Amino acid sequence: MVTEAQIWGWLAEVPDPEIPVLSLVDLGVIREVQAGDEVLVKVTPTYSGCPATTVINLDIEAKLRSKGVQNLRLETQIAPPWTTDWIKPEAHEKLRAYGIAPPRAGKPSCPRCGSASATLVSRFGSTPCKSHYKCAECLEPFDAFKCI
Amino acid sequence: MFEFLLRMGDNTLVLGHRVSEWCGHSPVLEEDIALANIALDMIGQTRLWLGLAGEVEGQGRDADALAFRRDVWDFRNLLIVERPNRDYGHTLMRQFLFDLWHHERLADLCLSSDDRVAGIAAKCVKEADYHLERSIDLVVRLGDGTAESHAKMQAALEALWPYVGEMFVDDGLDVEMAEQGIAPLPSSQRARFDAALDRALARATLIRPESDFAQKGGRSGTHTEDLGHMLATMQFLQRAYPDARW
Repeated sequence: MVTEAQIWGWLAEVPDPEIPVLSLVDLGVIREVQAGDEVLVKVTPTYSGCPATTVINLDIEAKLRSKGVQNLRLETQIAPPWTTDWIKPEAHEKLRAYGIAPPRAGKPSCPRCGSASATLVSRFGSTPCKSHYKCAECLEPFDAFKCI
Repeated sequence: MFEFLLRMGDNTLVLGHRVSEWCGHSPVLEEDIALANIALDMIGQTRLWLGLAGEVEGQGRDADALAFRRDVWDFRNLLIVERPNRDYGHTLMRQFLFDLWHHERLADLCLSSDDRVAGIAAKCVKEADYHLERSIDLVVRLGDGTAESHAKMQAALEALWPYVGEMFVDDGLDVEMAEQGIAPLPSSQRARFDAALDRALARATLIRPESDFAQKGGRSGTHTEDLGHMLATMQFLQRAYPDARW
């Protein structure tokens, strides 16, 4: 029989559909895992408008099925609501290396040159979870995670 | 309870669809992306409200069935959200007035006696927060902008003003919801709305219309002609090809 630790391990191998450097576990969307005759995974959506939510559920199912889990139930849990604080601290470095400023209160710093002087171009970036900034030093545009 | 949930979900459904009509047509790329993302947020919120509505109703209808298989008189949204987009300033003004109301409403619903309602509201209010921030920012920038942008924003405010009053009119259902602690009376929000509105309009150098005349009826199913046209587009696929799937 599979253990909860195994399931967490497998889920840590499932990349987020939009930001593949992060796993679903890094993102903090897996709220609970229960092993047993039936495997239960509780998933919380990030932003209501995020089209990746459906894909995330499909990816979880595909992964667990490929590991031989037959009896699987996915539950959506909306309370308490997801917050960017649940993104694992170690994932922040992965985001930066990928070119996305990790969520933090106040102005983000440029993920390329590290400069703290960036200007907001638009609150809405390439996906619902990001805002669009421009670095005042290296002049590169970049996306920053919106804090919610 | 079912009707109350329709009122919440139909607002974001109809406005979400309206805003999505801008996709590919906005004046600048950043705004195109912003509008599309806001529309997505609102459609996502709709799924939560209408999903719960279907559950409460217990007739086997899910959010999709409620969105695509009801006719215009079964919609319970405020009239303001079905108003056509017209120009970009008009769209922004409509969003601004709605966001001001919606943000307060959701904040109140976080304290609902019904955990499911409170849970959805707590999720949605975070998004309404950044929608409102953007709306205020743009209304101030355009209101206090060029002579032309100012005139357009003032005209939009005057055209939409008769649709604001409806947000705060209490009816029998509202009283029932308030008595059960599910949702406070809409009228209890008016003073907070007015204060926030006046602050933003002063910064935007826009003048609030004086008339108190309010168009009403949306929340009980009496709609403007525009909603029917919108649904004809929105519901076409499910009407022509029932149960079609991607």
